Amino acid sequence: MGTSEKIYFYPLWLRIWHAFNALGILTLIITGISMQSSFETAIIGFNTVVNLHNIAGILVFISYLLFFTGNLVTGNGKYYLMKIKGFFKNLTKQGTYYAWGMFHGQKSPFPLSEKRKFNPLQKISYLLVMYFAVPIVIITGIALLFPEIIIDQTWGLSGVFLTAILHSTMGFLISIFLIIHLYIASVGKSPLDNYKAIISGWHHL
Amino acid sequence: MNPYYILDTMAISAGVHKSFDCTDCHNSEYKTYPHKSDLKLQPLSTCLDCHGGDASFAKYKFEEIEKEFKKSVHFKVYGEYFNCSKCHSQHTYVATARNSTNVLDIVDYNNKMCLSCHNDMKKYKLVSGHANPKLVVIHDWLPNQELHFRHVRCIECHTEVRDSLMVSHNILSKDHASKKCAECHSANSKLKASLYKYQNLQKRTEKGTISSLLTNSSYTIGTHQSPLLKLLSILIFLAVLSGIIIHSIFRIIKKKK
Repeated sequence: MGTSEKIYFYPLWLRIWHAFNALGILTLIITGISMQSSFETAIIGFNTVVNLHNIAGILVFISYLLFFTGNLVTGNGKYYLMKIKGFFKNLTKQGTYYAWGMFHGQKSPFPLSEKRKFNPLQKISYLLVMYFAVPIVIITGIALLFPEIIIDQTWGLSGVFLTAILHSTMGFLISIFLIIHLYIASVGKSPLDNYKAIISGWHHL
Repeated sequence: MNPYYILDTMAISAGVHKSFDCTDCHNSEYKTYPHKSDLKLQPLSTCLDCHGGDASFAKYKFEEIEKEFKKSVHFKVYGEYFNCSKCHSQHTYVATARNSTNVLDIVDYNNKMCLSCHNDMKKYKLVSGHANPKLVVIHDWLPNQELHFRHVRCIECHTEVRDSLMVSHNILSKDHASKKCAECHSANSKLKASLYKYQNLQKRTEKGTISSLLTNSSYTIGTHQSPLLKLLSILIFLAVLSGIIIHSIFRIIKKKK
């Protein structure tokens, strides 16, 4: 592997956004789990945890607005576009590579380049997280910040309860995404390579 | 005419003592109207005079309620003068907590008992001799105050829970009221032993709704998650974790070869 085989994949603004977002989401997950389990004698009290969760939530909301408008305004959005043709075939191809191919010396079916930053599995998971789970978690989160705006009763259930269930379900899915995201990142040139890349910006091909 | 002296006959006919004649409790002279003013000064029977020591009322545990009430701040400060009827109007009382299918109705009915004095300057001062503190102001520290007031009873924080009683009657002084969020917002929520302990209520609400599938109590952050989703999330988490571990083991084996 020579130095020529690397691309400046992640510009500074992107790395800063990624780090900011990651910290916010980590805080939300930790405080979220803490509230879920509501340890009565937590290291930091319940009130503090709730406040932290609220503040981190608002910061991640702002961060999401930056992400959303940024992808509309700059060219960064194009990396997320997926081809309809062969949609499932491509996903299976990438999945098979992770489960089988990479252990049998096969080359990645969608090698990354200047034009392709994400493989199809990355694209679909980023799309689902950033354009489905995160918006829902933000909307329900804002609703829970102002619970008086939520409908009182639906289908014989408390509206606040349903909103909270939706909020924590999406939060859970985002946490699961994070675990897989962190693990898959170790499948690189070397196990630590991708982690270094998101800090330095340079990705080894 | 003093509005406090007029009784709502509709409310009486809906109350627990609806089958009574006035003179079952009151002096027979009450049959003449307007009643003589000094009649009001005559002593009346207390609740325990009828309800105490009677097997047919045993399930309501009047004696235990009396014992608990005597520990309460109301009794300690005002003594015998503060009796059951200060909160439970004998004329109109309805056993909402035992019969209602809706937690919000129970909360509303119960809180109105407290508010009838604590939110009424004249009545409060008549008993206590000083002005009533503004409830909104002294509960200023409580987040989402309005929501709490609508969804839980005052007594949730202001009484000591007693498992053997449906409703705890030992109303604590304000210094002993619970102020810790986690007492309710925790897996071991205090509410399970108070507002949501009416198992019959839960059974009633389960009818015809999906609530029995998802939940059987009301919302307190997180803890109140549906057991089904909780199990599902643990399974998903373990599946992902084992997937990662198996994948890593294969990677390590492959690398060594």
